[in-house]
Amino acid sequence: MPAKKSAEQDSHKPPLICMREVNKFFGTFQALDKVSLDIGASEKVVICGPSGSGKSTLIRCINRLEQHDAGEIMIDGVTVDDSAAARAVLRNNVGMVFQQFNLFPHLSILDNLTLGPVRARGMAPAAARELAEYYLERVRIPEQMQKFPDQLSGGQQQRVAIARALCMEPRIMLFDEPTSALDPEMIAEVLDVIGELAATGMTMIVVTHEMGFAGHVADKMVFMDHGRIVEMAPPKRFFSKPESDRCKIFLQQILRN
Amino acid sequence: MRILKFWPLLTLLALAGCSGSWGWYVVNPATPAGQRNLMFLLDGLYYTIALSVTAIAISVLLGLLVALPGLARQRPPRVINRVYVELVRAVPILVLILWVYYGLPQVADISISVFWAGVLALAISDSAFQAEIFRAGIQSIDRGQHEAAHSISLSYVDKMRFVILPQAIKRILPALGNQLVYMLKMSSLVSVIGMEELTRRANELVVTEYRPLEIYTVLVMEYLVLILLVSAGVRWLEARMGMSDRR
Ligand SMILES: Nc1ncnc2c1ncn2[C@@H]1O[C@H](COP(=O)(O)OP(=O)(O)OP(=O)(O)O)[C@@H](O)[C@H]1O
Ligand SMILES: [Mg+2]
Repeated sequence: MPAKKSAEQDSHKPPLICMREVNKFFGTFQALDKVSLDIGASEKVVICGPSGSGKSTLIRCINRLEQHDAGEIMIDGVTVDDSAAARAVLRNNVGMVFQQFNLFPHLSILDNLTLGPVRARGMAPAAARELAEYYLERVRIPEQMQKFPDQLSGGQQQRVAIARALCMEPRIMLFDEPTSALDPEMIAEVLDVIGELAATGMTMIVVTHEMGFAGHVADKMVFMDHGRIVEMAPPKRFFSKPESDRCKIFLQQILRN
Repeated sequence: MRILKFWPLLTLLALAGCSGSWGWYVVNPATPAGQRNLMFLLDGLYYTIALSVTAIAISVLLGLLVALPGLARQRPPRVINRVYVELVRAVPILVLILWVYYGLPQVADISISVFWAGVLALAISDSAFQAEIFRAGIQSIDRGQHEAAHSISLSYVDKMRFVILPQAIKRILPALGNQLVYMLKMSSLVSVIGMEELTRRANELVVTEYRPLEIYTVLVMEYLVLILLVSAGVRWLEARMGMSDRR
């Protein structure tokens, strides 16, 4: 009986991230066109699509790097807007990794990692340092804490950036083309770390064109074009029989390379 | 050393000093009178430095405060920034000094010392330039830095304090150094309201000794040495920060 009850509760529980008919304009250009997307806790979503299709805009609206113009975005039941409640939900739930790493070049690796925990989460420096050590271990960059970002390789920098996001202990991680700026030989080390993270039950949205990785990790594939979600399916069906022609063509092009 | 650049000038002065029309005795350190006069002139150094350093400190803070609304996304704060900068830049420093010293006490019903009137006028005047320097410096920082700070939920103040300003200040250090040099020179204008700094001292001595050529030559040398020292200091600081520069 109790088991059934909890299952029932689960089915009533709203998804962790919920986007409803989200529109986003840059001037008169519409970057997102009625995007609706539900993502459950610990679900992995991979977004792909041609350049300019709105992939970055979509995930940037989730953590309010961009402000959407219409529709609603909810995280854990809280509407994402300029309110203090929304800021708290973002702080406690959402981390992000950028294509260009965006590490703080004037701070040591350790300071890069502890800045958020100490200043935004009010953590004691010693505890933040322990946290940083733990996550650096996880992304396999131990013993580089006193170095500065420009003393690390691109792959290492991106792994530090992942650790920096993890130090905020989010439930949701957003990745915007995390391997696109990397030399080919460093892509695998970063994808491995992201794959391991996926296995821990983290909720993830990953914009990437690494289709091998996507097929492994994704629960749900999303294809975007012209600001719209054109296709959404589990990876198996997505890769074997995509419904729209645009998605077919896109996949052919990308898998050829 | 950079002083070498000034050899022609120094040689010229030395030659001129030997010719009959000069009366170096007024500032000859070998004689008691000359020594007294020299000390009288050098005494102004304290106020020149105190004025400039205090004014630059205030103008940097003021400039930063004015620069921040200039970087806002919304229009009204940007307009405030523009109006302040354009207005302050339009007023000659000398006029501002006179206005602050003679006008402000009447408007605000306060009494203000010569020193603080000078500091205030210099600081306000310079703050418009500082604001532009800060604005350019902050704008030169990659947008990704703001986004990364946002992604770890830093507040605006923390983002500026720990992420943006440390990088921006490193970039604008040469410009700040130039402003200090500029300030040292502009501080001479505060002599008009009676501040006993280098220029005022020289003027006073000229009145009693009737030796403007020698005394003003000493004044030129005083500023020259002061500014060369400051420039060297700024370059040293730059080199030091450049060494530890991360990108
Ligand atoms: N700040 C902005 N101002 C104006 N237009 C923008 C802005 N940001 C994005 N756009 C436009 O919105 C559209 C979607 O951009 P977005 O970055 O989301 O695309 P994307 O799918 O991530 O592309 P890419 O694969 O090149 O990263 C593009 O046409 C882009 O030019
Ligand atoms: Mg993008």
